[in-house]
Amino acid sequence: MTVGLVVVSHSRKLAEGSVELAAQMAPDVKFYPVGGTDDDRIGTDLEKAMAAFEAGLEEASGDGLVVLADLGSAVMTAESALEFCSEPDKVLLADAPLVEGLVAAAVAAQGGSSAAEVKLAAESVRFGPEPSDTAEDSQGRGEPIDSGVFELINPMGMHARPAAKIAGGLAGLDVEATVNGVDGTSIMELMSLAVGQGGKVKVEAWGKDSSKAVEYVRRLVEEGFGEL
Amino acid sequence: MTVALGVDWAIQWLTLSAKVMSEHRAELIELDRAIGDSDHGENMDRGFQAVLDKLAQTPPETPGAALKLAAMALMSKVGGAAGPLYGTAYLRAATALGDSAEIDAAAIAEALTAARDGIVARGKAELGDKTMVDAWSPAVNAAGEVLAEGGDAVEVLAAAAEAAEVGAVTTDPLVARKGRASYLGERSAGHRDPGAASTALLLRAAATAAGFPEGPAE
Repeated sequence: MTVGLVVVSHSRKLAEGSVELAAQMAPDVKFYPVGGTDDDRIGTDLEKAMAAFEAGLEEASGDGLVVLADLGSAVMTAESALEFCSEPDKVLLADAPLVEGLVAAAVAAQGGSSAAEVKLAAESVRFGPEPSDTAEDSQGRGEPIDSGVFELINPMGMHARPAAKIAGGLAGLDVEATVNGVDGTSIMELMSLAVGQGGKVKVEAWGKDSSKAVEYVRRLVEEGFGEL
Repeated sequence: MTVALGVDWAIQWLTLSAKVMSEHRAELIELDRAIGDSDHGENMDRGFQAVLDKLAQTPPETPGAALKLAAMALMSKVGGAAGPLYGTAYLRAATALGDSAEIDAAAIAEALTAARDGIVARGKAELGDKTMVDAWSPAVNAAGEVLAEGGDAVEVLAAAAEAAEVGAVTTDPLVARKGRASYLGERSAGHRDPGAASTALLLRAAATAAGFPEGPAE
């Protein structure tokens, strides 16, 4: 089973449309779009959100749910629904932009990530790529404790699923890691590198789990991310 | 003199709230059109009509039960930000009142504080952000002062209503830092916050329902 994803939006069309978009990249993930009021006006409906949480929890059978919302009151409705939820510790609210966050979350969920990792994947898109800052960051951290350069052998290169695997794994380690200078825990930043087959990724790691992190990426790359 | 309020007061308050929201529907829509998404009047009217329906279906037996019923109806039917905000406020107030059949001045002040704290927790707005908190917080403070001076339940409610009305007016020049209006930045100044305006109306209805004879100071 996989983590389920709930979208709470002011608009039924927006909820369904964002789900439609994200589901393209995550065929096995269950989505629960909640949008509009009970008479189909723009607004959010607590009862619909509560029903989606309960339906999702049942289908996710223990893996839990991650919730994304659009504007302020949808967030408040999601928080209210959480207060009435039967298993509140199994439902995580992600603070992320709806569309980009949902796509990142969907890809992470499809890759088998835990609810906490899926939430992190969604939230990692919040600031977007900042290539100019990362160079300064790396210098601020000093020489990496461990690093490695690996050539991508899988035909598709660094697309969404490999990015989710790298980001999900690195997020679980006690490490600050960059891949070609971007944040290694950000699916969107990794995808934005657009490294193709035969291209190289340079992993640099700082922190206790530095060697584990480099080893983790090396193994994924050499296995062709399981796509060979 | 001890004045205690029972479920009759709570039902009267909610009924009066529905009437006031209906009467001020257009005015709240106008305020919200200036700095928001122009649905506040319609949403509040709809929400309180749903409260009336629920009251008729399952008449509550305590003030706390009445407020809890209102909370659930508002959260489900209002649609906009006011739904979860007022819903949380009424729910926290209901929890503070428990299942007491009659509530005194201290219980009213406590319920108002719980309501305000619920709104702050839910909306994460602070005083001066140009939100309903700017009406609720002065109301809670005024209620506490009157309670400390030995005021009864009606006097506490009247003080809260008056302070909320003043608080709503103070939002006029403010620049919104929370909610939909915050997208307007400086352009939100010069308009009254719709949520603060509806708060003042609802707290005035609470005082009137308790038998406080005078209307708004304005």
